[in-house]
Amino acid sequence: MTNHANNPTVGGKTSMKTIREAINDALREEMRRDPTVIVLGEEVSGGAGCEGEDDAYGGVFGVTKGLMPEFGRERVIDTPISEAAIIGAAAGAANNGLRPVAELMFFDFIGVSFDQIFNQAAKFRYMFGGKSKTPMVIRGTVGGGWRAGAQHSSMLHSIVTHVAGLKVVMPANAYDAKGLMVQAIRDDDPVIFLEHKVMYDNACEVPDEQYCIPFGEASFPRQGSDVTIVAISNMVTHAITVADILAKEGISCDVIDPRTVSPLDHEAILESVEVTGRLVIIDEGNPRCGLASDIAGIVAEHGFYSLKAPIRTVTAPHTPVPFAPELEDAYLPNADKLMIAVREVLAAGPSGA
Amino acid sequence: MPYSTEFLLSVYRTMKTIREFEERCVKEFEGGNVPGFTHVSNGQEAIAVAACIDLSDKDIIGSTHRGHGHCIAKGCDVGGMMKEIMGRSTGLCKGKGGSMHIADIDKGMLGANAIVGGGPPLVNGAALAAKTLGTKNVALSFNGDGSANQGTVFEAMNMAVVLKLPHIFVYENNGYAEGTAANYGVGSNSLTDRNAGFGMPAECVDGLDFFATYEALKIATERARNGGGPTAIEAMCVRFDGHFIGDPQLYRAKDEVKNARKNQDCIKIFRERVISEGWLKAAAMNAIDKEIMAEIETAVVDALAAPHPDPATDLMSDVYCSY
Ligand SMILES: Cc1ncc(C[n+]2csc(CCOP(=O)(O)OP(=O)(O)O)c2C)c(N)n1
Ligand SMILES: [Mg+2]
Repeated sequence: MTNHANNPTVGGKTSMKTIREAINDALREEMRRDPTVIVLGEEVSGGAGCEGEDDAYGGVFGVTKGLMPEFGRERVIDTPISEAAIIGAAAGAANNGLRPVAELMFFDFIGVSFDQIFNQAAKFRYMFGGKSKTPMVIRGTVGGGWRAGAQHSSMLHSIVTHVAGLKVVMPANAYDAKGLMVQAIRDDDPVIFLEHKVMYDNACEVPDEQYCIPFGEASFPRQGSDVTIVAISNMVTHAITVADILAKEGISCDVIDPRTVSPLDHEAILESVEVTGRLVIIDEGNPRCGLASDIAGIVAEHGFYSLKAPIRTVTAPHTPVPFAPELEDAYLPNADKLMIAVREVLAAGPSGA
Repeated sequence: MPYSTEFLLSVYRTMKTIREFEERCVKEFEGGNVPGFTHVSNGQEAIAVAACIDLSDKDIIGSTHRGHGHCIAKGCDVGGMMKEIMGRSTGLCKGKGGSMHIADIDKGMLGANAIVGGGPPLVNGAALAAKTLGTKNVALSFNGDGSANQGTVFEAMNMAVVLKLPHIFVYENNGYAEGTAANYGVGSNSLTDRNAGFGMPAECVDGLDFFATYEALKIATERARNGGGPTAIEAMCVRFDGHFIGDPQLYRAKDEVKNARKNQDCIKIFRERVISEGWLKAAAMNAIDKEIMAEIETAVVDALAAPHPDPATDLMSDVYCSY
């Protein structure tokens, strides 16, 4: 059985926190600790120039609520609707002494600002021979389940993972969300921090004090030796569901949540497959050139002789996200689809399970 | 009488249809019949109608996330729209688009757009096609005080001037982009001055006044049709509802919406004007009201009874290839 340190506990008090609150805590504490941390984006406070209440939204998902009243509009900056200028300003400020946390609201809006991300921010460190650092975070919500339609539901982590120079973080619980956000802010490279919109209210015990979760270290929500399931972001929920059902049948699943897609904890996945010989990857992204096929490729290349059965991937189909609830539900990977794939993998191969 | 009775009745009918459609959308949303999130345009009806009433099905419009009014003004079927908003397979986009993605190419409705500023470059393309093919058709984009600050919109305006495209840029300035005031988000003191800086005729009109808006748009449309290039019209207006249905609107002043509904209602203003001028009788408009209520009721009843999409056949249709 693979055995890795999982969620090293920080001393001191913990409280029940949602992912929304955990990210808010991380931002607030880092802003208190470091005056160079700023937050900018559309409606990160809300109410700019209006007659009604200030901090009217605190981000459209309420993640940055309360920051503006504490730190003022100089450090919590409501911007015009100009994503290219928002991301460019964050990158330029990061090169010049600030640690900006820029919000893209829905990560689908990356399209408007993509040059500033992939040609600019991502390349500075390398292209300038290591002379420049770009300590910035870009936050955005990803994923389906909200009936938000094709332009507000995309899961675009693979696009940014493909870009050298970007770190890509996708927390699946409040504990990870806080520790990864603190790390993202303190990190000297551009970090893409992707929050799944259906997960904001998910809660767990979170230490009150600040702590960092290093990038590139997977966590193991369930440990087992019969089959490896790799899942990230909201897909971790489904992986745990499947693992718990199979546990009752005496089948043990090793559920790996890489937590960061870039850097990716290859070793954890390869070590697990060495034990289980069976691998299923569940991913909400589209199937081509995606996280699932990427991990499958890594294991096929480096863990081929451990495999007892073909690798299976469970992904969204190769379409945009449909609006109608029946179609969106059919589009999204879920526990049922994962269960079918896991059972197939368990039954496949020379000996079966 | 400067306008025909037929024209005035048609204007009234369309404005009122938009109003009732939007009010009913709010009700159906609150009743749980509309999935996702929805932006309604009640309060801004005069602009949609003024912009579209002289356009043919061959003239193209590009809309925004707040697009129901533009669709109705451009002639989209309200039944098909209601079905789309409720995610039914007989909706205008088979339930795959939803409120923010209603499109009806046969009606020259290029699509609502959930990406702020996504439309104007595409509308430039429609204008370029019209110009290149010599069709004399025009293209019109709806923009907001918020989307006005998007680089895509700046680029589209400049290119429209450079290529002398038949593109009318309509800016619905309702004072807000979500919870950000236009007077904060638009750095220039005047959006219209900024628009003029691109080198196109630019005008600011009272968007609550159908007639003022229509007259400005008529000139702009004729200019575009006759090869005179783009125009920008900023129409000042009021958003009666939240940014989205359910928006608590904490950023608005107390009683702002109540007062606006009372004193800044473009449909009331239209009615008062046509009655006081003696152009239309109240009874004629009241009769239209009744018909519209029945039409919207039918649209809702039909939509609620309409079939849901079938994942087995509909999820993987309209894709060029699947894996
Ligand atoms: C590229 C992009 N950025 C941000 C948003 C989120 N958003 C949707 S509507 C809106 C405000 C638009 O304001 P305005 O253009 O004035 O139109 P209005 O809502 O007033 O009709 C924002 C910020 C979006 N949908 N797309
Ligand atoms: Mg606006």
